[in-house]
Amino acid sequence: MINGISINYYLLLSTVLFIIGAVGVMARRNSIIIFMCIELMLNAVNLLLVAFSTLHNDAAGQVFVFFIMAVAAAEVAVGLAILSMIYRNVKSIDTDLLSNLKN
Amino acid sequence: MLGYTITQWLFGILSFLAIMFALMVVFSRNPVNSVLYLVMTFFCIAGHYLLMNAQFLAIVHIVVYAGAIMVLFLFVIMLMNLNEDTEPQRTQITKIIAGVAGGLLLFVLVGSLKGTEQLQLKSYGASQIGLVKNLGKVLFKEFLFPFEIASILLLAALVGSIMIGKKDIK
Repeated sequence: MINGISINYYLLLSTVLFIIGAVGVMARRNSIIIFMCIELMLNAVNLLLVAFSTLHNDAAGQVFVFFIMAVAAAEVAVGLAILSMIYRNVKSIDTDLLSNLKN
Repeated sequence: MLGYTITQWLFGILSFLAIMFALMVVFSRNPVNSVLYLVMTFFCIAGHYLLMNAQFLAIVHIVVYAGAIMVLFLFVIMLMNLNEDTEPQRTQITKIIAGVAGGLLLFVLVGSLKGTEQLQLKSYGASQIGLVKNLGKVLFKEFLFPFEIASILLLAALVGSIMIGKKDIK
């Protein structure tokens, strides 16, 4: 029974998901939403890694995804701590207000 | 069913839902709604993992992302009391430019992928590498050292986030 899905569809799907994340980073000002869009981009890449690991029948790709998840968890913990610290000092997480380094 | 197999139907439905929910994450005005849509996107991606018989990753994805990371996001949003009224908006022109830039990136990437070879993934259940037993063997034999390093990274992140979050460091 041939019910395999072409790798091209997975390439397309993760491209679209990655670009939705990239547009979200460009179009939003709320830092938390930007952070969530970065997570979306990470997940698009994870999906493609799993697809290629299944295609080549090589477990290394799935182990990489596991490590990416561990790093993403660490990143989110530190990032949200920084964001809550910024909120405590500036009383906002609007990216346009965070321009102290500019002047 | 219309010449498509069950797997292809599931792939299509999951892809459609994942893209729709991802769009809702970007376009939703209320941050809490964005988080909930992102959780739905993650569930769709976990469905894709199951479709590729990557069972371990599907479960870890739901537990780590939908269970831990998104709850952390929700917690921080509720701590900051963000809602539709406090949501900062970009100007219309910036949004249009972002959309055009994304569209151009999509155009370039899809154009570069167009001529590639059509390789078929194995049918459902054929690939055994995603099972806990097989993945665990690889993880604890070939990738044992990176696995231990990851534990140090998580410890460093734990200490770092506590240090950053502290009110006054003496």
